[in-house]
Amino acid sequence: MPLTLLIEQALNGLQYGMMLFLMAAGLTLVFGVMGLINLAHGSLYMIGAFACAAVAAATGSFWLGLAASLAAAAAAGALVELLVIRRLYARDHLDQVLATFALILVFSEGTRWVFGSFPLYLSVPPFLSGPVSLPGGVTYPAFRLAIIVIGAAVALGLFWLIGRTRLGIRIRAGEADREIVAALGVDIGRLYTAVFALGAALAGLAGALVGTVQSVQVGMGEPVLILAFVVIVIGGIGSIRGALVGALLVGMTDTLGKALLPSALAQVMDPSSANAIGSAVASMLIYILMAVVLVLRPQGLYGQGAR
Amino acid sequence: MARAGLADALVLALLIGTALTAQFMGQPYLVTLATKAAILGLAGVGLNLALGYGGMVSFGHAAYFGLGGYAAGVLASHAMSGQPLPFGFSGTNQMLAIWPVAMILSGLAALVIGALSLRTRGVYFIMVTLAFAQMLFYFAISWPAYGGEDGLSFYVRNSFPGLNTFAPLQFFAICAGLLMLALGLTAMLTASRFGLALQAARQNPGRARALGIRPFPLQLTAFVLSGMITGLAGALYADLNRFVSPAMMSWQMSGEIMVFVILGGVARLAGPLAGAMVFILLEHLLGGVSEHWLALVGLLLLAIVLFAPGGILGLAERRRHG
Repeated sequence: MPLTLLIEQALNGLQYGMMLFLMAAGLTLVFGVMGLINLAHGSLYMIGAFACAAVAAATGSFWLGLAASLAAAAAAGALVELLVIRRLYARDHLDQVLATFALILVFSEGTRWVFGSFPLYLSVPPFLSGPVSLPGGVTYPAFRLAIIVIGAAVALGLFWLIGRTRLGIRIRAGEADREIVAALGVDIGRLYTAVFALGAALAGLAGALVGTVQSVQVGMGEPVLILAFVVIVIGGIGSIRGALVGALLVGMTDTLGKALLPSALAQVMDPSSANAIGSAVASMLIYILMAVVLVLRPQGLYGQGAR
Repeated sequence: MARAGLADALVLALLIGTALTAQFMGQPYLVTLATKAAILGLAGVGLNLALGYGGMVSFGHAAYFGLGGYAAGVLASHAMSGQPLPFGFSGTNQMLAIWPVAMILSGLAALVIGALSLRTRGVYFIMVTLAFAQMLFYFAISWPAYGGEDGLSFYVRNSFPGLNTFAPLQFFAICAGLLMLALGLTAMLTASRFGLALQAARQNPGRARALGIRPFPLQLTAFVLSGMITGLAGALYADLNRFVSPAMMSWQMSGEIMVFVILGGVARLAGPLAGAMVFILLEHLLGGVSEHWLALVGLLLLAIVLFAPGGILGLAERRRHG
């Protein structure tokens, strides 16, 4: 495989990883702070994508669409937290899984009811639609590069938010002991709503960005949700750093595996079965990666011990 | 306890009564619906063993359901084409041969997945079982030999000695018979030393250990049995539809099986069956009202989780207590 192609695939892996990070960061934040497993996180991703597509189509501006995706997902997240999630913190994970599974059904069918079953398409803003020449003779789509940059910026922003701000201190304190934090005068209910809305907004942002690369349709959130789970299992639940490392590992493994494995197998067997076996194994690679991490560290790379 | 036994008997009687009445009224479609409820209920009975009695929230039971289905589909399609399987095995269309294969295959998968997943607890366990099921789902999708994404049709229902499996009521009898066997096995297991130790390990792992009960082997055994029962249900489901596809392994399927258990009542013998019956009834009734019936199911489910923990059987019991 020529070097330029390899670099291009590595960039694809990086872009995919950054997108997964946006999903996984929200999930891991919500789990870390509130101990809640939220299956409907994928629905928030879908809501972001639909909001972006609808607003971009109505106004002709991708940037307004992007803002709408953040706002719509955050609003949906806050609403869901106030109406449903709030009642689930004290319940066991089983009830949380079931209730948020029910939310997926409601959101998916609701979206289908409003937008119909046909996919929507989002176009890339003009100044990001072309390719960019990178050193080493590689040309790469500017928009995908922008996703990488946005992902990195969000990662830095989150590290700053959690590590350096008052809100971050409260989030970390709430993670450690919510009764004491509440006793110290922090409105824990409002804090939880804010954290949930923040996680939702990140999912919505991911949805809008990915909706531009793929298409926007009902059910788009669930495959990504499961990958985000794999990411936080690998990275360790509750750790933003774990989510970043896990996301990049998963993104790279998946992309490079799919690109390299069939041709690597073709060296030792006939091309058609190499292709079949290669693509089948490549689609399982990240789960194999997860299994290996679990065998070595059941609590994930940066986890605090399995809960 | 006796009250719970009565509720279980009632649920089972309702299922069998529905099928017999439908047959008598000349409504074979309703017999098939009852068969579907029996099969999905059986899948739920399998999951209940792990989830209800063992406290292992597996979100990946569709993997075993699908593996059982593919065992039936692959064996039947090889029997049809006459092509031998690898290692010189031949295909078969005999249910009595297919069922053990389905159960062994899903049991082996449950052994590997369970052994790895049980290294973790709580929410990790949920996600890890889910992820392993997804791994098999993607494998089924990207493996072209047995239809890949399109699934595998085998046109003719497999046969059972002495019965005509095409007659709706006779196929129902097979499925309901296996369901009753599984219910009996579950009742026996949960009342046995094994079952009591398993429930002790769920309720308080620390104390169970102090009593000399090691949770891991108990839980793994329950997980494997659970996967085998769900795998058997998968083989029957494949026969019901004469079709298998990766959708049987999808995470929505895992969610649905879990919904049956929780809708009906966790760790209640006939809970999963009650849940499956209600789910199918809703699908049948609401599906006629609106094409967006799943949203209504979602809202109902939400209401049950938030306001009626314990499921339908729990609700019925509470009401009777006044």
